[in-house]
Order: sequence, then C-alpha cells, then structure tokens
Amino acid sequence: MPGEILVSLLLLVGGGFTLLGSVGLARLPDFFTRMHGPTKATTLGVGAIVLASLAHVGAREDGAGLRELAITLFLFITAPVTAHLLSKAALAEARRRDAAQGAGAGAPPPGE
Amino acid sequence: MLTTFAVPAATGMVALAMALSLWRLVRGPSRPDRILALDTLNVNAIALVMLLDIGLGTAVYFEAALIVAMMGFVGTVALCKFLLSGDIIE
Repeated sequence: MPGEILVSLLLLVGGGFTLLGSVGLARLPDFFTRMHGPTKATTLGVGAIVLASLAHVGAREDGAGLRELAITLFLFITAPVTAHLLSKAALAEARRRDAAQGAGAGAPPPGE
Repeated sequence: MLTTFAVPAATGMVALAMALSLWRLVRGPSRPDRILALDTLNVNAIALVMLLDIGLGTAVYFEAALIVAMMGFVGTVALCKFLLSGDIIE
C-alpha cells in the first residue's frame, strides 16, 4: 500500500507539471517566455511519470525498471540542445523580419 | 487500488496538455512557436506512452517511448536547422 500511494502521488505530480507546462506554452505572451514553460513538462513531468513507472513495474520484475531511466536521461541530455537550437532559430527569424521591415524599425536584435 | 484513480487522472491531465499544445501549434504566430509546440507535443506523447505502460502493468511499451523520444529530438533539430539555414543537410 505505501508503494501505491507513492506511485499515485508521482503520477499526479507528473500529470500536473505536464499540464502546467502546456498552460505556460499556451498562455505566455512572447516566444522566449513561452520556451520556458514546456521545460517543466520535460524535466519534472516526464521525470515524475518515469519514476512512477519505475516504482510500479520495477518493484515486481527486478531489473526491468532501471531501463526506464534511460528515457529521462535521454530527455535531460537533449533538452538543452533543443532549447539552444530553438532560440537560435527564433533569433534568426526575428532578425530576418526586422531586415524585411527596414532598418530602424524597432529595437536592434540582442546578441551579435 | 489508488492507481485506478491516479492513472486516468494523470492521463486526462496529459491529454489536456496535448490539446493546449495543439492549440499553440495551430495558432502560433511564428514558425519557432510551432516547432516548440510540436516538441512539447512529443514530450507529452512520451508521458502518455509511459502512462499506458503503468495502466497496463507491463514494460512492453518502453521501447516505443524511447523511439518517440529519439525521433522527436531528431525532428526538432531538423526543423530548427531548416529555419536557421534554409537547408537541413549542407
């Protein structure tokens, strides 16, 4: 029974953070603020759900559960790469738009 | 059985999250917004597959979740590269 409570708690935490990340993605006003929302869904949401699966399945078949940590590890490794590329793409897109509107329109793009 | 309540509740929350990301994917003002929404949709799909795993009490769909994660990463990187240079493989 304590295992059940742990699995249920982890599932609810994971589902809640996943929902929260997507609410942030849908509601925040700007692209760079929107990027910050789904990172919670990636790390805490999927992390908690994977931990719940680890506690649920791994308790019965020994050794079968540890593989599931590979998903979390993979997501933790790839999330910064994705965020970096996405922000670079967004900056390039904004710069292209500013160049199309002509020089002097709005603030200069950050960086460079 | 506490998990008989927790698994459908978490599935509902993840489904709602997928609906919100889909809304951003359809509406997103710029192209990076749509890529970000697609990436979020991918992460939510991984969570959904893991929830199916827990609900059925098996570890059968673990490989499916791992493949969804890998394909999603490759797809996001390819789309970002396309936005950056107008070309995926240079």
